[in-house]
Amino acid sequence: MTYSNENIATMNSIVARYPRKRSAIMPLLHFVQAIEGYVTSQGIEVIAKMLELETAEVTAVSTFYTQYKSEPVGEFHVGVCINTLCAVMGGDEIYKSVSEHLGIENDEVTKDGKVSLERIECNAACDFAPVVMVNWEFFDNQTPQSAKDLVDDIRSGNPPAPTRGPKTLRTWKQNSAVLAGISDGLAGEGVSAGEPSKLGLKLSKEGK
Amino acid sequence: MSKLKPVLSANWNDADSFTLEGYRRNGGYKASKIALDMDPDAVIQLVKDSGLRGRGGAGFPTGMKWGFIPQNDGKDHYLVVNADESEPGTCKDMPLLMANPHSLIEGIIIGSYAIRANYAFIYLRGEVVHVFRRVQQAIEDAYAAGLLGKNINGKGFDLELVLHAGAGAYICGEETALLDSLEGFRGQPRLRPPFPAIAGLYARPTVVNNVESIASVPAIIGNGVEWFQSMGTEKSKGFTLYSLSGHVKNPGQFEAPLGITLREILKMAGGMREGHTLKFWTPGGSSTPMFTQEHLDVPLDYEGVGAAGSMLGTKALQIFDETTCVVRAVLRWTEFYKHESCGKCTPCREGTWWLVQALKELEAGRGTSADLDKLLDIVDNIAGRSFCALADGAASPIVSSMKYFREEYQRHLDLGSCPFDPIASTLFSGTRA
Repeated sequence: MTYSNENIATMNSIVARYPRKRSAIMPLLHFVQAIEGYVTSQGIEVIAKMLELETAEVTAVSTFYTQYKSEPVGEFHVGVCINTLCAVMGGDEIYKSVSEHLGIENDEVTKDGKVSLERIECNAACDFAPVVMVNWEFFDNQTPQSAKDLVDDIRSGNPPAPTRGPKTLRTWKQNSAVLAGISDGLAGEGVSAGEPSKLGLKLSKEGK
Repeated sequence: MSKLKPVLSANWNDADSFTLEGYRRNGGYKASKIALDMDPDAVIQLVKDSGLRGRGGAGFPTGMKWGFIPQNDGKDHYLVVNADESEPGTCKDMPLLMANPHSLIEGIIIGSYAIRANYAFIYLRGEVVHVFRRVQQAIEDAYAAGLLGKNINGKGFDLELVLHAGAGAYICGEETALLDSLEGFRGQPRLRPPFPAIAGLYARPTVVNNVESIASVPAIIGNGVEWFQSMGTEKSKGFTLYSLSGHVKNPGQFEAPLGITLREILKMAGGMREGHTLKFWTPGGSSTPMFTQEHLDVPLDYEGVGAAGSMLGTKALQIFDETTCVVRAVLRWTEFYKHESCGKCTPCREGTWWLVQALKELEAGRGTSADLDKLLDIVDNIAGRSFCALADGAASPIVSSMKYFREEYQRHLDLGSCPFDPIASTLFSGTRA
C-alpha cells in the first residue's frame, strides 16, 4: 500500500486546514507528488475519496496546473527560464547547452532518473537573470557553463546548494512535501536576501 | 538626501530579518497592537486617508476595497493575499516574503481585523519553495507568540491564517481565478459582477490584496497618515518597490517614493551595461505597454505612467539595450500569454495562438507589410473581449512595439531574416561575463 496510515493521517490534517475540504485539493496533489513523485491514478483516487469527489474532478484540476506532473520527473527537476528577459540575457543558450549536454528535451528525464528538464516561465527573480530553478530552488546568475556544471554535479551525487535557499539541495519529492505544507525545518537556512535585493538599501545608506 | 526610502526593505541586510525576533527588533508587531485597539471602521478610514493604492498592478485604493465589504451581514468574511507573483519581469514580492514575511503577516492581522475576517489565506505561487518555507515558519512563529489564533493580544479577535501553494498557473494571479483555484477548481476567471467584495471566496465577501499592499499597512499605522502622505505625488502616495532588471550594470530592488523616474534609478544603479544604450523597457511587467529612451523622465506613479500611454503595473522595470531584437522579445512574451491563457474565453484562447503564429513568421522575416496590419487586426479582436485582462496584457507588447519599432518589423521582412545576433544580447557575450 503506497499510502500508509500515517500518509492518510497527514492528508486528513491538510484537509482540516480549510473551511471547506475541496480547497485542500492543491496541497493534496503536492503531497501525492511527495509520496510518488508525480500524480498517479492511485493518488487521484485517494484524493477523490477523501474529498468526496469524482476522480474526473480531481484529474481536471491536476491537469490544469503545470507543476503537477502526469509522468515521473527526475530526482532533480531543472527549470531554465526562457521568458523574454532571461531568454535574451542567456536563457536560450543555457537551455540549449543543458539540453544537448544531457541529451534530453523539454519534459524529458535522463536515463538514470536523476535529472529532468523543463522550459519554465518567469520565476520572479529577474534581477538575478539568467535564472535556473532546481526542484523550485533558486540558482541565480547562470551561464551555459555553470548550468552544465550544475547538472554534472547533480548526476555525480554532489548537488550544490541553491544561491538563495537551504544549505543542501533537497529532492523533488522532499520539496513537494514542503509545498503541501509539511515543514522540513529549513526556513532558517540561507541568506535573508541576495545582493541585488539589497542594492537599493545599500545605496540609500550611502546617501544616493 | 537619498531619493530612496527603504521601509519594507529596511531590514533586509540583517541575517535574521525573516525571523520574529529580527522583525520585532525593528519595531515589528507594534502597529497591529495599535490597530487592534482601534475601531475596525477607523482602521479602514485610516488606510483610506493614507491614499495607499494596490501595488499588484491595477492601483485600486486599498482602503476603498476594504470599505466595500458589507458589515453586519452575518456572513463569514475572508482576506486573501495574492502572492502569485508571475507577471514577467515582476520580482518584488518574492524577495519581500523571503526577507520580511512578518511584515505581511502583521498587515494581514490588521486588514482582517478591519474587514471583520476571521480566516485569511496567502496564495503563494508554487515555484518558490524557499519562500514557502520562510512564510510558513513565520506563520508558525506568529501562532506560537499569540499573534495569530484565538483571542489575539487578549483583544477577543480570532484569526486563522493558511498558506496555500499554487502550482504554476499565471492566470491565478487574476483575483477571481485565484479564488476558484483556492476553492479547489481549475483557476479560471469569473464573470463580474458580482465582485469579490460581495461574492468572493465560497461566495462570501472577500478582499483580495497584493502582498506589497498589505505589507505596507503596518508602516502606515505605525508612522501615521501624514508620514505616508509626505512621500509620493498628489494621487500616488507613499513608497514602493521598483525592480530593475535586464541590461543594466547593477540590477536590483529600489524602494522609493512613488514618482521617481527611470533616469534617476538608472543613474543610481550605475547605468546601462558598458558600451550599450537603452532601447526599450517596461514600466510594470510585460502586460504594460513598452517605453523607449524618450520616457526616461516619466514620473513612475500611477498617473504619470498612464499619461505617457502605459501603466505603472507591478513596477517591474525590464531594461533592454540596442542588441535586443524587439520582435523576438515580443514573440517570447506572446508565447507566454498563449501558454498561460486558461482557455475559458475563445478570443484569448484562439487569438493568442494566432498571434504566436503571426509573430513567428515575422521574426523569421517571412511575409509582407500587410501581415503587420493583420497582427494589429487580431489584437483588436482579442483585447477587451474576454472575462479577464490576460488578452489585454498580450496585446500591450505588440501594439506598443509596433508603435515605436514598426520599421524594425519591416526590416525583418526586407531582409528575409532577423537582423540581430542573439549572442550579443546575452550577459556572457563579453561585456559582463
